[in-house]
Amino acid sequence: MSIARLRVTHAGPLVTLQDKGRFGHLRYGVAASGPMDRVGFAAGFAALGAAKTGTAIEVSLGGVALECAEGAVTLSIAGGGFSASLGAQTLKGWGVVSLRAGDRLTIRGGTWGSWCYIAPAGEIDADHWLGQSATHSMTGFGGGALRAGQVLTITDAKLLPAREGPTPCPEFAKPTDRIRAVIGPQDRFFEAGALQAFASKTFTVSDAYDRMGMRLKGPPLTLSGALSIPSEPILRGAVQVSGDGVPTVLLADHGTTGGYPKIATVLAEDQDRLAQLRAGDSFRFQTVTPQQAVAIARQEAAARDSWLDALRQPRATLSEKLMRENLVGGVVSGDES
Amino acid sequence: MREPQGFTPVAGHALLVEIASEMSEAASATVVQLDQAITDARLTGVLELTPALVNLLVIFDPLQTDHATLETDIRALLPLPEKDYATTRTHAVPICFDDGLTPDLTAVADACGLSEEAVINAHLSGTYRVGMYGFAPGYAYLAGVPEAIQVPRKPAPVRDIPAGSVMIAGPQCLVTTVKMPTGWSIIGRSPTQVMTGDPDRPFLFDVGDTVTFHRITRDAYEKALT
Repeated sequence: MSIARLRVTHAGPLVTLQDKGRFGHLRYGVAASGPMDRVGFAAGFAALGAAKTGTAIEVSLGGVALECAEGAVTLSIAGGGFSASLGAQTLKGWGVVSLRAGDRLTIRGGTWGSWCYIAPAGEIDADHWLGQSATHSMTGFGGGALRAGQVLTITDAKLLPAREGPTPCPEFAKPTDRIRAVIGPQDRFFEAGALQAFASKTFTVSDAYDRMGMRLKGPPLTLSGALSIPSEPILRGAVQVSGDGVPTVLLADHGTTGGYPKIATVLAEDQDRLAQLRAGDSFRFQTVTPQQAVAIARQEAAARDSWLDALRQPRATLSEKLMRENLVGGVVSGDES
Repeated sequence: MREPQGFTPVAGHALLVEIASEMSEAASATVVQLDQAITDARLTGVLELTPALVNLLVIFDPLQTDHATLETDIRALLPLPEKDYATTRTHAVPICFDDGLTPDLTAVADACGLSEEAVINAHLSGTYRVGMYGFAPGYAYLAGVPEAIQVPRKPAPVRDIPAGSVMIAGPQCLVTTVKMPTGWSIIGRSPTQVMTGDPDRPFLFDVGDTVTFHRITRDAYEKALT
Protein backbone atom coordinates (compact mmCIF):
# COMPACT_ATOMS: atom_id res chain seq x y z
CA MET A 1 0.00 0.00 0.00
CA SER A 2 1.46 3.37 -0.99
CA ILE A 3 1.89 6.01 1.63
CA ALA A 4 2.20 9.75 1.12
CA ARG A 5 3.09 12.20 3.87
CA LEU A 6 2.05 15.86 3.75
CA ARG A 7 3.69 18.31 6.12
CA VAL A 8 1.47 21.21 7.18
CA THR A 9 3.63 24.33 6.86
CA HIS A 10 0.78 26.77 7.52
CA ALA A 11 -2.79 26.34 8.78
CA GLY A 12 -5.11 29.25 9.51
CA PRO A 13 -7.73 29.06 12.23
CA LEU A 14 -10.66 26.68 11.61
CA VAL A 15 -8.74 24.46 9.19
CA THR A 16 -9.91 20.98 10.22
CA LEU A 17 -10.31 17.40 9.09
CA GLN A 18 -13.90 16.53 8.18
CA ASP A 19 -15.65 13.48 6.86
CA LYS A 20 -19.37 13.46 5.97
CA GLY A 21 -20.29 13.83 9.65
CA ARG A 22 -21.44 11.69 12.59
CA PHE A 23 -25.18 11.12 12.57
CA GLY A 24 -27.43 9.54 15.17
CA HIS A 25 -26.08 11.24 18.31
CA LEU A 26 -28.16 14.43 18.47
CA ARG A 27 -30.06 12.85 21.38
CA TYR A 28 -26.78 12.75 23.33
CA GLY A 29 -25.86 16.37 22.66
CA VAL A 30 -23.64 15.70 19.65
CA ALA A 31 -24.20 17.66 16.42
CA ALA A 32 -23.24 15.87 13.21
CA SER A 33 -20.37 18.28 12.35
CA GLY A 34 -18.94 17.42 8.92
CA PRO A 35 -18.41 19.82 6.01
CA MET A 36 -19.83 23.35 6.15
CA ASP A 37 -20.36 23.07 2.37
CA ARG A 38 -21.47 19.49 1.71
CA VAL A 39 -21.71 20.05 -2.04
CA GLY A 40 -18.12 21.25 -2.38
CA PHE A 41 -16.97 18.36 -0.17
CA ALA A 42 -18.84 15.77 -2.25
CA ALA A 43 -17.62 17.32 -5.51
CA GLY A 44 -14.03 17.02 -4.28
CA PHE A 45 -14.26 13.24 -3.98
CA ALA A 46 -16.43 12.83 -7.10
CA ALA A 47 -13.81 14.62 -9.21
CA LEU A 48 -11.40 11.82 -8.22
CA GLY A 49 -13.90 9.25 -9.49
CA ALA A 50 -14.47 8.04 -5.91
CA ALA A 51 -17.79 6.33 -5.21
CA LYS A 52 -17.68 7.35 -1.55
CA THR A 53 -16.44 10.31 0.43
CA GLY A 54 -13.71 9.96 3.06
CA THR A 55 -11.80 12.43 5.19
CA ALA A 56 -10.96 15.79 3.59
CA ILE A 57 -9.18 18.91 4.80
CA GLU A 58 -11.67 21.75 5.26
CA VAL A 59 -9.81 24.98 4.52
CA SER A 60 -11.08 28.25 6.00
CA LEU A 61 -10.25 31.76 4.75
CA GLY A 62 -7.14 31.41 6.94
CA GLY A 63 -5.69 29.18 4.21
CA VAL A 64 -3.37 26.22 4.34
CA ALA A 65 0.05 25.25 2.97
CA LEU A 66 1.17 21.66 2.54
CA GLU A 67 4.49 20.18 1.49
CA CYS A 68 4.73 16.63 0.20
CA ALA A 69 7.37 15.10 2.47
CA GLU A 70 7.20 11.55 1.12
CA GLY A 71 5.46 9.62 -1.62
CA ALA A 72 3.02 11.09 -4.11
CA VAL A 73 -0.71 11.63 -4.16
CA THR A 74 -3.43 13.23 -6.27
CA LEU A 75 -5.57 15.82 -4.48
CA SER A 76 -8.90 17.30 -5.49
CA ILE A 77 -9.74 20.90 -4.57
CA ALA A 78 -13.38 22.00 -4.53
CA GLY A 79 -15.70 24.36 -2.64
CA GLY A 80 -15.67 28.16 -2.71
CA GLY A 81 -13.70 30.30 -5.13
CA PHE A 82 -10.30 29.80 -3.51
CA SER A 83 -6.94 30.17 -5.20
CA ALA A 84 -4.36 27.38 -5.16
CA SER A 85 -0.73 27.39 -6.14
CA LEU A 86 1.41 24.33 -6.75
CA GLY A 87 4.99 25.48 -7.23
CA ALA A 88 4.85 28.07 -10.03
CA GLN A 89 1.47 26.81 -11.22
CA THR A 90 -1.69 28.67 -10.19
CA LEU A 91 -5.12 27.12 -10.10
CA LYS A 92 -8.15 29.39 -9.87
CA GLY A 93 -11.21 27.62 -8.58
CA TRP A 94 -11.76 23.89 -8.43
CA GLY A 95 -9.43 21.24 -9.84
CA VAL A 96 -7.36 18.12 -9.42
CA VAL A 97 -3.57 18.23 -8.97
CA SER A 98 -0.85 15.74 -8.06
CA LEU A 99 1.83 16.27 -5.44
CA ARG A 100 5.19 14.53 -5.44
CA ALA A 101 7.92 14.62 -2.82
CA GLY A 102 9.12 18.23 -2.44
CA ASP A 103 6.02 19.82 -4.03
CA ARG A 104 4.25 22.59 -2.12
CA LEU A 105 0.54 23.32 -2.35
CA THR A 106 -0.82 26.60 -0.97
CA ILE A 107 -4.52 27.44 -0.77
CA ARG A 108 -5.77 30.95 0.00
CA GLY A 109 -9.13 32.65 0.00
CA GLY A 110 -9.96 33.83 -3.52
CA THR A 111 -12.81 35.76 -5.07
CA TRP A 112 -15.66 34.16 -3.10
CA GLY A 113 -16.49 31.54 -0.51
CA SER A 114 -15.56 30.72 3.06
CA TRP A 115 -14.73 27.01 2.84
CA CYS A 116 -12.68 24.88 0.46
CA TYR A 117 -12.00 21.13 0.54
CA ILE A 118 -8.87 19.14 -0.25
CA ALA A 119 -9.93 15.55 -0.92
CA PRO A 120 -7.13 13.01 -1.37
CA ALA A 121 -6.96 9.97 -3.65
CA GLY A 122 -6.35 7.82 -0.58
CA GLU A 123 -7.33 7.94 3.06
CA ILE A 124 -6.05 10.52 5.54
CA ASP A 125 -4.97 8.78 8.74
CA ALA A 126 -7.16 10.65 11.27
CA ASP A 127 -8.43 10.22 14.82
CA HIS A 128 -12.03 9.08 14.93
CA TRP A 129 -14.70 9.81 17.53
CA LEU A 130 -17.98 7.89 17.60
CA GLY A 131 -16.90 6.24 14.37
CA GLN A 132 -16.20 9.39 12.33
CA SER A 133 -13.26 11.70 11.69
CA ALA A 134 -15.37 14.88 11.42
CA THR A 135 -13.97 17.47 13.82
CA HIS A 136 -16.40 18.66 16.52
CA SER A 137 -15.07 22.15 17.07
CA MET A 138 -16.35 22.71 20.63
CA THR A 139 -14.38 19.73 21.97
CA GLY A 140 -11.80 19.16 19.22
CA PHE A 141 -12.83 15.48 19.10
CA GLY A 142 -12.45 13.67 15.78
CA GLY A 143 -9.69 14.39 13.27
CA GLY A 144 -9.01 17.79 14.80
CA ALA A 145 -7.65 21.13 13.64
CA LEU A 146 -4.48 21.24 11.52
CA ARG A 147 -1.38 22.81 13.06
CA ALA A 148 1.80 23.99 11.40
CA GLY A 149 4.44 21.27 11.70
CA GLN A 150 1.96 18.43 11.75
CA VAL A 151 2.46 15.61 9.23
CA LEU A 152 -0.62 14.01 7.65
CA THR A 153 -0.23 10.42 6.53
CA ILE A 154 -2.28 9.32 3.53
CA THR A 155 -2.62 5.57 3.19
CA ASP A 156 -3.47 3.86 -0.09
CA ALA A 157 -2.23 7.03 -1.79
CA LYS A 158 -2.78 7.02 -5.55
CA LEU A 159 -1.64 9.12 -8.46
CA LEU A 160 -4.49 9.66 -10.91
CA PRO A 161 -2.97 11.66 -13.78
CA ALA A 162 -6.05 11.11 -15.95
CA ARG A 163 -8.08 13.04 -13.36
CA GLU A 164 -5.85 16.14 -13.30
CA GLY A 165 -7.20 19.45 -14.54
CA PRO A 166 -9.91 21.96 -13.68
CA THR A 167 -13.24 20.84 -12.22
CA PRO A 168 -16.26 22.96 -13.20
CA CYS A 169 -18.19 24.60 -10.37
CA PRO A 170 -21.94 24.08 -10.87
CA GLU A 171 -24.38 26.97 -10.55
CA PHE A 172 -25.97 25.36 -7.50
CA ALA A 173 -22.69 25.51 -5.56
CA LYS A 174 -22.09 29.23 -6.21
CA PRO A 175 -23.04 31.90 -3.71
CA THR A 176 -26.51 33.37 -3.84
CA ASP A 177 -28.36 36.34 -2.38
CA ARG A 178 -31.56 34.29 -1.92
CA ILE A 179 -31.68 31.78 0.94
CA ARG A 180 -34.83 29.68 1.16
CA ALA A 181 -36.33 28.98 4.58
CA VAL A 182 -39.50 27.62 6.16
CA ILE A 183 -41.03 29.82 8.87
CA GLY A 184 -41.06 28.30 12.37
CA PRO A 185 -41.09 26.24 14.49
CA GLN A 186 -41.39 29.02 17.14
CA ASP A 187 -42.73 31.86 14.98
CA ARG A 188 -45.59 32.31 17.50
CA PHE A 189 -43.13 34.12 19.79
CA PHE A 190 -42.51 36.93 17.26
CA GLU A 191 -44.39 40.11 16.49
CA ALA A 192 -46.04 40.23 13.05
CA GLY A 193 -43.58 42.92 11.99
CA ALA A 194 -40.66 40.61 12.76
CA LEU A 195 -41.99 37.88 10.48
CA GLN A 196 -42.54 40.42 7.73
CA ALA A 197 -39.05 41.85 8.17
CA PHE A 198 -37.53 38.37 8.13
CA ALA A 199 -39.15 37.55 4.80
CA SER A 200 -38.54 40.88 3.06
CA LYS A 201 -35.49 42.74 4.41
CA THR A 202 -31.81 42.32 3.62
CA PHE A 203 -29.51 40.58 6.12
CA THR A 204 -25.74 40.79 6.21
CA VAL A 205 -23.27 38.19 7.47
CA SER A 206 -21.42 39.55 10.53
CA ASP A 207 -17.88 38.78 11.72
CA ALA A 208 -19.36 36.40 14.30
CA TYR A 209 -19.24 33.42 11.98
CA ASP A 210 -17.71 30.03 12.75
CA ARG A 211 -18.60 26.36 12.42
CA MET A 212 -21.26 26.64 15.13
CA GLY A 213 -23.22 29.44 13.53
CA MET A 214 -23.47 32.71 11.63
CA ARG A 215 -24.77 35.82 13.36
CA LEU A 216 -26.58 38.20 11.03
CA LYS A 217 -26.98 41.97 10.91
CA GLY A 218 -30.33 43.33 9.83
CA PRO A 219 -33.63 44.62 11.17
CA PRO A 220 -34.29 43.52 14.76
CA LEU A 221 -36.67 40.54 14.90
CA THR A 222 -38.64 41.57 17.95
CA LEU A 223 -39.92 38.87 20.25
CA SER A 224 -43.40 39.24 21.70
CA GLY A 225 -42.41 38.37 25.27
CA ALA A 226 -42.09 34.70 26.25
CA LEU A 227 -38.32 34.43 26.41
CA SER A 228 -38.26 31.57 28.89
CA ILE A 229 -39.41 28.74 26.65
CA PRO A 230 -38.14 25.30 27.74
CA SER A 231 -35.00 24.20 25.86
CA GLU A 232 -36.04 22.62 22.58
CA PRO A 233 -34.25 20.50 19.98
CA ILE A 234 -32.23 22.42 17.38
CA LEU A 235 -31.88 21.44 13.73
CA ARG A 236 -28.91 22.56 11.60
CA GLY A 237 -30.14 25.63 9.69
CA ALA A 238 -32.31 26.94 12.55
CA VAL A 239 -32.51 30.76 12.64
CA GLN A 240 -32.39 31.37 16.38
CA VAL A 241 -33.17 34.83 17.71
CA SER A 242 -31.73 36.10 20.99
CA GLY A 243 -33.57 38.46 23.33
CA ASP A 244 -32.14 41.55 21.58
CA GLY A 245 -33.74 40.47 18.29
CA VAL A 246 -30.46 39.40 16.62
CA PRO A 247 -30.70 36.24 14.46
CA THR A 248 -28.04 33.53 14.28
CA VAL A 249 -28.19 30.68 11.76
CA LEU A 250 -26.94 27.52 13.46
CA LEU A 251 -24.62 25.41 11.33
CA ALA A 252 -22.53 22.20 11.34
CA ASP A 253 -21.38 22.28 14.99
CA HIS A 254 -24.61 23.70 16.46
CA GLY A 255 -25.81 23.08 20.01
CA THR A 256 -28.40 20.30 19.95
CA THR A 257 -30.93 21.97 22.26
CA GLY A 258 -31.53 25.56 23.29
CA GLY A 259 -34.04 27.96 24.76
CA TYR A 260 -34.06 30.79 22.19
CA PRO A 261 -37.01 30.80 19.78
CA LYS A 262 -36.38 29.86 16.17
CA ILE A 263 -38.14 32.13 13.69
CA ALA A 264 -37.37 29.94 10.68
CA THR A 265 -35.21 27.10 9.41
CA VAL A 266 -33.01 27.31 6.30
CA LEU A 267 -33.58 24.49 3.81
CA ALA A 268 -30.85 21.85 3.88
CA GLU A 269 -30.29 22.55 0.16
CA ASP A 270 -29.39 26.21 0.83
CA GLN A 271 -27.25 25.77 3.96
CA ASP A 272 -24.15 25.03 1.89
CA ARG A 273 -24.49 28.17 -0.21
CA LEU A 274 -25.24 30.21 2.90
CA ALA A 275 -22.10 28.83 4.54
CA GLN A 276 -20.05 30.02 1.55
CA LEU A 277 -21.00 33.67 2.17
CA ARG A 278 -18.46 35.87 3.91
CA ALA A 279 -18.71 38.58 6.54
CA GLY A 280 -20.17 41.62 4.79
CA ASP A 281 -22.10 39.62 2.16
CA SER A 282 -25.82 40.38 2.05
CA PHE A 283 -28.80 38.24 1.17
CA ARG A 284 -32.54 37.91 1.65
CA PHE A 285 -34.56 35.04 3.01
CA GLN A 286 -37.17 33.64 0.65
CA THR A 287 -39.88 31.84 2.58
CA VAL A 288 -41.32 28.63 1.17
CA THR A 289 -43.99 26.31 2.53
CA PRO A 290 -43.02 22.96 4.07
CA GLN A 291 -44.57 21.20 1.04
CA GLN A 292 -42.44 23.30 -1.33
CA ALA A 293 -39.40 22.54 0.80
CA VAL A 294 -39.93 18.79 0.36
CA ALA A 295 -40.44 19.22 -3.40
CA ILE A 296 -37.25 21.29 -3.60
CA ALA A 297 -35.33 18.63 -1.63
CA ARG A 298 -36.45 15.91 -4.05
CA GLN A 299 -35.75 17.83 -7.25
CA GLU A 300 -32.44 19.23 -6.16
CA ALA A 301 -31.17 15.94 -4.71
CA ALA A 302 -31.84 14.30 -8.07
CA ALA A 303 -30.09 17.10 -9.97
CA ARG A 304 -27.13 17.16 -7.58
CA ASP A 305 -26.72 13.39 -7.62
CA SER A 306 -26.76 13.20 -11.39
CA TRP A 307 -24.23 16.02 -11.55
CA LEU A 308 -21.95 14.20 -9.08
CA ASP A 309 -22.37 10.97 -11.04
CA ALA A 310 -21.30 12.77 -14.19
CA LEU A 311 -18.29 14.19 -12.37
CA ARG A 312 -17.22 10.66 -11.38
CA GLN A 313 -17.10 9.50 -15.01
CA PRO A 314 -13.78 9.31 -16.85
CA ARG A 315 -12.79 12.78 -17.94
CA ALA A 316 -13.08 12.15 -21.70
CA THR A 317 -16.85 12.28 -21.53
CA LEU A 318 -17.01 14.82 -18.75
CA SER A 319 -17.79 18.12 -20.49
CA GLU A 320 -20.77 16.69 -22.26
CA LYS A 321 -22.27 15.21 -19.12
CA LEU A 322 -21.71 18.29 -17.04
CA MET A 323 -24.19 20.08 -19.25
CA ARG A 324 -26.74 18.42 -16.97
CA GLU A 325 -25.82 21.07 -14.48
CA ASN A 326 -28.23 23.28 -16.40
CA LEU A 327 -31.14 21.06 -15.36
CA VAL A 328 -30.81 22.54 -11.91
CA GLY A 329 -32.21 25.86 -13.14
CA GLY A 330 -35.79 24.62 -13.22
CA VAL A 331 -36.47 24.03 -9.54
CA VAL A 332 -39.61 24.98 -7.67
CA SER A 333 -39.72 28.69 -7.06
CA GLY A 334 -40.64 29.80 -3.60
CA ASP A 335 -43.57 31.80 -2.39
CA GLU A 336 -42.42 35.39 -2.26
CA SER A 337 -45.53 36.84 -0.69
CA MET B 1 -50.89 14.79 28.24
CA ARG B 2 -50.80 11.37 26.58
CA GLU B 3 -51.25 12.85 23.11
CA PRO B 4 -49.15 15.37 21.16
CA GLN B 5 -50.61 18.88 21.10
CA GLY B 6 -49.19 19.74 17.73
CA PHE B 7 -47.03 18.76 14.78
CA THR B 8 -44.94 21.62 13.43
CA PRO B 9 -43.01 21.23 10.15
CA VAL B 10 -39.33 22.25 10.34
CA ALA B 11 -37.67 23.03 7.00
CA GLY B 12 -38.14 20.23 4.44
CA HIS B 13 -36.79 17.41 6.55
CA ALA B 14 -38.03 17.49 10.15
CA LEU B 15 -41.20 17.49 12.23
CA LEU B 16 -41.42 18.92 15.76
CA VAL B 17 -43.86 16.92 17.82
CA GLU B 18 -45.07 19.14 20.65
CA ILE B 19 -46.30 17.53 23.85
CA ALA B 20 -46.75 20.54 26.15
CA SER B 21 -45.71 24.19 26.45
CA GLU B 22 -44.62 23.96 30.10
CA MET B 23 -42.13 21.55 31.67
CA SER B 24 -43.57 18.81 33.86
CA GLU B 25 -42.91 15.19 34.81
CA ALA B 26 -45.90 14.16 32.73
CA ALA B 27 -44.62 16.01 29.65
CA SER B 28 -41.18 14.40 29.98
CA ALA B 29 -42.74 10.97 30.44
CA THR B 30 -44.81 11.37 27.27
CA VAL B 31 -41.78 12.57 25.27
CA VAL B 32 -39.86 9.47 26.36
CA GLN B 33 -42.74 7.14 25.53
CA LEU B 34 -43.27 8.71 22.13
CA ASP B 35 -39.52 8.60 21.41
CA GLN B 36 -39.51 4.87 22.18
CA ALA B 37 -42.70 4.21 20.23
CA ILE B 38 -41.40 6.00 17.09
CA THR B 39 -38.02 4.28 17.37
CA ASP B 40 -39.60 0.83 17.81
CA ALA B 41 -42.04 1.37 14.93
CA ARG B 42 -39.16 2.03 12.46
CA LEU B 43 -41.34 4.48 10.54
CA THR B 44 -40.45 4.96 6.88
CA GLY B 45 -37.91 7.71 6.31
CA VAL B 46 -37.16 8.52 9.96
CA LEU B 47 -33.44 9.22 10.34
CA GLU B 48 -32.98 10.51 13.88
CA LEU B 49 -34.93 11.74 16.92
CA THR B 50 -33.99 14.39 19.47
CA PRO B 51 -36.11 14.17 22.61
CA ALA B 52 -36.23 17.32 24.77
CA LEU B 53 -38.23 18.58 27.75
CA VAL B 54 -41.60 19.28 26.16
CA ASN B 55 -41.19 18.09 22.57
CA LEU B 56 -39.43 15.73 20.22
CA LEU B 57 -37.74 16.53 16.90
CA VAL B 58 -38.09 13.86 14.23
CA ILE B 59 -35.63 14.25 11.35
CA PHE B 60 -36.60 12.49 8.14
CA ASP B 61 -35.35 11.83 4.64
CA PRO B 62 -37.55 13.92 2.30
CA LEU B 63 -36.85 11.42 -0.49
CA GLN B 64 -38.76 8.79 1.52
CA THR B 65 -41.53 10.64 3.36
CA ASP B 66 -42.92 14.12 4.06
CA HIS B 67 -44.40 16.06 6.99
CA ALA B 68 -48.00 14.99 6.46
CA THR B 69 -47.21 11.30 5.91
CA LEU B 70 -45.01 11.20 8.98
CA GLU B 71 -47.65 12.93 11.08
CA THR B 72 -50.17 10.28 9.99
CA ASP B 73 -47.67 7.52 10.79
CA ILE B 74 -47.04 8.95 14.27
CA ARG B 75 -50.75 9.46 14.99
CA ALA B 76 -51.25 5.77 14.19
CA LEU B 77 -49.04 4.96 17.21
CA LEU B 78 -51.48 6.74 19.56
CA PRO B 79 -52.75 6.42 22.19
CA LEU B 80 -49.50 5.61 23.95
CA PRO B 81 -49.61 2.75 26.46
CA GLU B 82 -50.54 3.71 30.02
CA LYS B 83 -47.38 2.58 31.81
CA ASP B 84 -44.51 5.03 32.15
CA TYR B 85 -40.85 4.49 31.37
CA ALA B 86 -41.31 0.89 30.31
CA THR B 87 -37.73 0.37 29.21
CA THR B 88 -35.73 2.98 31.09
CA ARG B 89 -32.94 2.14 33.55
CA THR B 90 -31.69 3.40 36.90
CA HIS B 91 -28.08 4.47 37.45
CA ALA B 92 -26.31 4.91 40.80
CA VAL B 93 -23.67 7.62 40.36
CA PRO B 94 -20.95 8.13 42.99
CA ILE B 95 -19.90 11.63 44.13
CA CYS B 96 -16.96 12.75 46.23
CA PHE B 97 -17.51 15.90 48.32
CA ASP B 98 -13.91 16.25 49.56
CA ASP B 99 -12.23 19.64 49.85
CA GLY B 100 -10.97 20.93 46.55
CA LEU B 101 -13.72 19.17 44.58
CA THR B 102 -16.58 21.36 45.86
CA PRO B 103 -15.76 24.95 44.83
CA ASP B 104 -19.33 26.26 45.25
CA LEU B 105 -20.62 24.14 48.14
CA THR B 106 -20.11 26.89 50.71
CA ALA B 107 -21.86 29.49 48.56
CA VAL B 108 -24.83 27.17 47.95
CA ALA B 109 -25.07 26.43 51.68
CA ASP B 110 -24.99 30.16 52.47
CA ALA B 111 -27.60 30.97 49.82
CA CYS B 112 -29.94 28.28 51.15
CA GLY B 113 -29.34 28.96 54.84
CA LEU B 114 -28.12 25.40 55.34
CA SER B 115 -24.93 23.70 56.50
CA GLU B 116 -22.70 22.14 53.85
CA GLU B 117 -23.61 18.68 55.16
CA ALA B 118 -27.31 19.52 54.83
CA VAL B 119 -26.78 20.57 51.19
CA ILE B 120 -24.94 17.30 50.51
CA ASN B 121 -27.66 15.25 52.18
CA ALA B 122 -30.40 17.09 50.30
CA HIS B 123 -28.62 16.46 47.00
CA LEU B 124 -28.14 12.77 47.81
CA SER B 125 -31.80 12.42 48.79
CA GLY B 126 -33.03 13.42 45.33
CA THR B 127 -34.21 11.08 42.60
CA TYR B 128 -33.28 12.51 39.23
CA ARG B 129 -34.63 11.96 35.74
CA VAL B 130 -32.68 12.50 32.50
CA GLY B 131 -34.80 15.16 30.76
CA MET B 132 -32.61 15.78 27.72
CA TYR B 133 -29.04 16.27 26.54
CA GLY B 134 -27.69 19.60 25.34
CA PHE B 135 -24.97 22.29 25.42
CA ALA B 136 -22.06 19.87 24.99
CA PRO B 137 -21.64 16.15 24.18
CA GLY B 138 -22.89 13.99 27.03
CA TYR B 139 -24.35 16.90 29.00
CA ALA B 140 -27.43 15.16 30.42
CA TYR B 141 -29.87 17.50 32.16
CA LEU B 142 -31.06 15.72 35.30
CA ALA B 143 -34.31 17.11 36.74
CA GLY B 144 -34.99 16.63 40.43
CA VAL B 145 -32.81 18.90 42.59
CA PRO B 146 -34.72 19.24 45.92
CA GLU B 147 -36.28 22.69 46.36
CA ALA B 148 -34.29 23.39 49.54
CA ILE B 149 -31.03 23.60 47.54
CA GLN B 150 -32.25 25.15 44.29
CA VAL B 151 -30.02 28.12 43.42
CA PRO B 152 -30.01 30.33 40.30
CA ARG B 153 -27.18 30.40 37.77
CA LYS B 154 -24.19 32.62 38.57
CA PRO B 155 -24.29 36.03 36.88
CA ALA B 156 -21.25 35.14 34.73
CA PRO B 157 -19.82 31.78 33.67
CA VAL B 158 -16.58 30.47 35.16
CA ARG B 159 -14.05 29.00 32.74
CA ASP B 160 -12.37 25.61 32.55
CA ILE B 161 -14.60 23.57 34.85
CA PRO B 162 -13.08 20.05 34.86
CA ALA B 163 -14.88 16.98 33.51
CA GLY B 164 -16.72 15.00 36.19
CA SER B 165 -17.96 18.09 38.01
CA VAL B 166 -21.38 17.63 39.60
CA MET B 167 -23.21 20.92 39.35
CA ILE B 168 -26.66 22.34 39.97
CA ALA B 169 -28.81 25.27 38.76
CA GLY B 170 -32.49 25.60 39.66
CA PRO B 171 -34.13 22.16 39.52
CA GLN B 172 -31.41 20.73 37.24
CA CYS B 173 -28.25 18.76 37.99
CA LEU B 174 -25.49 17.79 35.55
CA VAL B 175 -22.34 15.63 35.57
CA THR B 176 -19.92 17.27 33.12
CA THR B 177 -18.05 15.31 30.45
CA VAL B 178 -15.53 17.79 29.06
CA LYS B 179 -13.75 20.90 30.30
CA MET B 180 -16.21 23.78 29.73
CA PRO B 181 -17.23 27.16 31.08
CA THR B 182 -20.36 27.16 33.26
CA GLY B 183 -22.51 29.42 35.40
CA TRP B 184 -23.81 26.49 37.44
CA SER B 185 -22.71 25.77 41.04
CA ILE B 186 -20.20 22.92 41.42
CA ILE B 187 -20.89 20.92 44.57
CA GLY B 188 -18.89 17.73 44.01
CA ARG B 189 -16.96 15.51 41.62
CA SER B 190 -17.84 12.12 40.15
CA PRO B 191 -15.51 9.54 38.62
CA THR B 192 -18.41 8.34 36.45
CA GLN B 193 -17.85 8.82 32.71
CA VAL B 194 -21.13 9.79 31.07
CA MET B 195 -19.21 9.51 27.78
CA THR B 196 -18.20 5.92 28.34
CA GLY B 197 -15.71 5.35 25.52
CA ASP B 198 -17.60 2.11 24.81
CA PRO B 199 -18.51 2.11 21.11
CA ASP B 200 -21.58 -0.06 21.76
CA ARG B 201 -22.99 2.32 24.38
CA PRO B 202 -21.08 5.60 24.06
CA PHE B 203 -23.37 7.53 26.43
CA LEU B 204 -24.29 6.16 29.85
CA PHE B 205 -27.80 7.58 30.19
CA ASP B 206 -30.78 7.57 27.89
CA VAL B 207 -33.39 10.30 28.07
CA GLY B 208 -35.98 9.11 30.61
CA ASP B 209 -33.51 7.14 32.75
CA THR B 210 -33.47 7.58 36.55
CA VAL B 211 -30.28 8.66 38.36
CA THR B 212 -29.46 8.53 42.07
CA PHE B 213 -26.25 9.72 43.72
CA HIS B 214 -24.25 8.21 46.57
CA ARG B 215 -21.29 9.56 48.47
CA ILE B 216 -17.79 8.08 48.14
CA THR B 217 -14.48 8.82 49.89
CA ARG B 218 -11.53 10.53 48.25
CA ASP B 219 -9.73 7.16 48.14
CA ALA B 220 -12.63 5.51 46.37
CA TYR B 221 -12.82 8.48 43.96
CA GLU B 222 -9.10 8.28 43.11
CA LYS B 223 -9.31 4.49 42.73
CA ALA B 224 -12.32 4.73 40.42
CA LEU B 225 -10.45 7.16 38.18
CA THR B 226 -7.57 4.76 37.52
